[in-house]
Amino acid sequence: MEKDTKAFQRIYTKLFQLTKATVSLQATGIGNEELAIVDGRLAQVVKIMEDIVTLQVFAGTEGIANDAEVIFTGKAPTLKVGEGLAGRFFNAYGEPMDGGEIMGEEREIGGPSVNPVRRMQPSEFIATGIAGIDLNNALVTGQKIPFFADPDQPYNQVMAMVALRAQADKIILGGVGLTNDDYLYFKRVFDDAGALDRIVGFINTTENPPVERLLVPDMALSAAEYYAAEKNEKVLVLLTDLTLYADALSIVSNRMDQIPSKDSMPGSLYSDLARLYEKAVQFPDGGSITIIAVTTLSSGDITHAIPDNTGYITEGQLFLRKDSDIGKVIVDPFRSLSRLKQLVIGKKTREDHPQVMNAAVRLYADAANAKTKLENGFDLTDYDERTLDFAKAYSEKLLAIDVNVEVDVMLETAYELFAKHFTPVEVGLKKEFVEKYWKEN
Amino acid sequence: MSTIGKVTGIIANLVIVEADERVAQNEICFIKHEGTRLMAEVIKIMGRKVYVQVFESTRGLKVGSEVEFAGHMLEVTLGPGLLSKNFDGLQNDLDKMTGIFLKRGEYTEALENDKEYEFEPLAKKDDIVKAGDWLGQVKENWIDHKIMVPFTFEGEYKVKSVSGKGTYKINDTMAVLTDADGKEHKVTMVQKWPVKVPIKAYTEKPRPFKVLETGVRVFDTLNPIAEGGTGFIPGPFGSGKTVLQHALSKQAEADLVVIAACGERANEVVEIFTEFPELDDPRTGRKLMERTTIIANTSNMPVAAREASVYTAMTIAEYYRSMGLKVMLLADSTSRWAQALREMSNRMEELPGPDGFPMDLPAIISNFYSRAGFVYLNNGETGSITFIGTVSPAGGNLKEPVTESTKKAARCFYALSQQRADSKRYPAIDPIESYSKYLEYPEIVEYLNKNNGENWTTNVFFIKDALLRSKETYEQINILGDDGVPLDYHTTYWKGEVVDFVISQQDAFDKIDCRSSFDRQRYMLEKVVDVLKIEFKFDSFEEVNPYFKKVINQFKQMNYSEFESDEFKKNEKELENIIQERKVA
Ligand SMILES: Nc1ncnc2c1ncn2[C@@H]1O[C@H](COP(=O)(O)OP(=O)(O)O)[C@@H](O)[C@H]1O
Ligand SMILES: [Mg+2]
Repeated sequence: MEKDTKAFQRIYTKLFQLTKATVSLQATGIGNEELAIVDGRLAQVVKIMEDIVTLQVFAGTEGIANDAEVIFTGKAPTLKVGEGLAGRFFNAYGEPMDGGEIMGEEREIGGPSVNPVRRMQPSEFIATGIAGIDLNNALVTGQKIPFFADPDQPYNQVMAMVALRAQADKIILGGVGLTNDDYLYFKRVFDDAGALDRIVGFINTTENPPVERLLVPDMALSAAEYYAAEKNEKVLVLLTDLTLYADALSIVSNRMDQIPSKDSMPGSLYSDLARLYEKAVQFPDGGSITIIAVTTLSSGDITHAIPDNTGYITEGQLFLRKDSDIGKVIVDPFRSLSRLKQLVIGKKTREDHPQVMNAAVRLYADAANAKTKLENGFDLTDYDERTLDFAKAYSEKLLAIDVNVEVDVMLETAYELFAKHFTPVEVGLKKEFVEKYWKEN
Repeated sequence: MSTIGKVTGIIANLVIVEADERVAQNEICFIKHEGTRLMAEVIKIMGRKVYVQVFESTRGLKVGSEVEFAGHMLEVTLGPGLLSKNFDGLQNDLDKMTGIFLKRGEYTEALENDKEYEFEPLAKKDDIVKAGDWLGQVKENWIDHKIMVPFTFEGEYKVKSVSGKGTYKINDTMAVLTDADGKEHKVTMVQKWPVKVPIKAYTEKPRPFKVLETGVRVFDTLNPIAEGGTGFIPGPFGSGKTVLQHALSKQAEADLVVIAACGERANEVVEIFTEFPELDDPRTGRKLMERTTIIANTSNMPVAAREASVYTAMTIAEYYRSMGLKVMLLADSTSRWAQALREMSNRMEELPGPDGFPMDLPAIISNFYSRAGFVYLNNGETGSITFIGTVSPAGGNLKEPVTESTKKAARCFYALSQQRADSKRYPAIDPIESYSKYLEYPEIVEYLNKNNGENWTTNVFFIKDALLRSKETYEQINILGDDGVPLDYHTTYWKGEVVDFVISQQDAFDKIDCRSSFDRQRYMLEKVVDVLKIEFKFDSFEEVNPYFKKVINQFKQMNYSEFESDEFKKNEKELENIIQERKVA
């Protein structure tokens, strides 16, 4: 049987050029982006010039000799999709990590985009219990949003927490250069929550070759499309860490002698990342793909090409920051943004939600100004003092990531803090809301 | 016969084709692949080697595939039925495509061949006409869609016949024209035009002299855009480019709006698809979608078509301008188009300019902006394209090639500031950095004062000055401390804040505040100027902040209430009371 299929595959044994990531050989009848096996390693066609084919070898070319065997498979990378995916973990090539086979239909990964006129406007609120998210940066199904975090912040923990509370039908974890510890952490948290049967994982750890990572997001998203488009399920995709994905892109483009643009990233970085993130969608029949990703920053620099391009693509970003006043990690209200929040806040949540959110953030900004004043050695006014007190309480009771309450409780808490520290005029809410919800102590 | 070629090389969406016969720069060709035809455009010719950029994914494509050259450049179909449509960058009607996912090689008709239109002739037998002249008109939504002498017709023609009043389909012959050699030409309601060539069926393009009302105060009051003018909005992500463009597309006082969603988020286009068919156009009472055409080439759609999308949009805008209409053209984001050019120039291993962008980027951008403008048509009527593009500077740094090139090409600069966005001062346009060159045109100043009252521009410069002085005093207070500066520094600072909160800031998501008519803007401007001119009495600086907060809060209640309504008047009265509290008699 195996021999038979092989008979149709063309086998070559003469490589005339090898670089760290690519091999070139003479071959004919080869399709662009077709997969091949080079000396037992998976590779993909990236360039064809006349009869010269250049292949990118995912695991790197170390030790490959110029007489290595190259077998072309005649197809682009695929994933077998079917009910059997659930509860399993796969490697970057879509092979089950614990061995065995998956029954299902073979699909090309990285497939076409959804026709924009067939998309639905996202409108379903995702409650996470975390006020820094639900109150200030509400998430919506079909949204794509990354955590912008320094490498030492607990982004994977927050992400796991969000995933479990989000009431998704399926959670698809795309581990891109995940440490083995974090991989085991995710597995354990999902297991403890009894959610393993809702999880599908595609995992590339730091122990695997970096270029292999390039396949992981497409694998995860193809699985997501299967559940969302065909089974009409609500799918949440977690991609961590896409900074490592971009790094892998730059390795490849570098080795192909492309002219790098900003921060040695390929000039196509925007399109490359957009292709992934835009898989987030609300389908007309109820299925949806929501993407929560991680973009790690180097020393908080968001002007670096990776977070910068990401920010231009995603529907906001969630910033984690350690608040030294309360000694906890908070969701930073200034730099964080959910662009889709206005589709649900005040509509799916209480009417005054947008105003309360804005007022609290404005007062928090006043506190930041007061702090600067203090640092510069100036006296504080009574108002300044009150904003500082407010900021601390706001941080503790609402911004900290360990908060887990419903939106109405968040709003009530906000009114309590307002009334404790300010007059209604200072808070500046619309009159009707003050009349209806203001709490005199 | 059309030229045939053969694929000899593939690098992503750059394909090298060998062809022996006539091939033109920018000519369209189709690559045959597994029963589909992939559309591509010639971007370079080197001997027999023709470099083409494919508007589709090239996955699976093989060397040796046959290529058919089309004999024309990338063109759009122009005729009744363009309004209310959702096209992709190549003018495929997205609604006619089958299935949820886009299929490679599926191309759909831009217009409806079977739809009937009520025609009314405007020209008569023996009239002498030339390209762009109106032969008749049909109703498209509420617009009188002109059926014109095709733009490709050179020289003068004599009208041999025009169809009478009645119902026709777009491909019916509506007129027969005779050229100088006596040859007859049939004219239908449809014509084609290459997108990269400007439509120049007009006699004159004067300097813009009218202002286009947008309903957005940072535009109209502070830095107005002229009808037929150009402007651009650079800003880091999240600073409000798209929200602002959507506001313009909803409220601008244009006859119709063409939106090019170029390489940005699909969900943002979905927002328009979803909302515009429901929202009313405040001027006509019809649905907004009826005056809107969308060209959607979102970031996950083929990169090469991004470039095409802005040209397709511009050409459609030019077509309607030739009918004597006021068109607003919006492109979000022109940086994505520049990046698409960069990706391609990179693949072709061209010598890169700054940041890897092609050397001729500044020329490409300025050529594009120059296609906007106010024109006098052959018959003396006027039409205009007001164009506003967004720019997404890398790292939010305005010293980058796309921003710099655009700054040279556009007359209005609406700089979005990260700092303002962070403190939720929306729209986050920096009122001091931004400018409108049109405020320097005497004809515009005259126009504004004539329409908005003789003090209008004086008042505008007065509040601009207040903003500047406020900013300067704020810096002083920060250096010297609240009690280290004279008391009046605090009032100067807060008077600027009044301008900022009441005029610059505007809630795009509030039903009422989102749109402010010129009448309302004039009323509020005068009100604010009055308050700024008042001398207030304070005993200590600590009284200043809470007092002005109260003033601002009351002004905002006015902004939130329907203009001239009872509520508005009540809030205004309340404001009067607050002012009397501290006004020095
Ligand atoms: N005028 C405005 N009023 C209220 N919120 C705004 C306004 N402009 C922007 N925003 C907020 O900022 C977010 C980002 O705006 P957007 O226009 O999408 O930014 P950009 O296109 O520059 O990336 C919006 O989702 C909204 O929350
Ligand atoms: Mg935008």
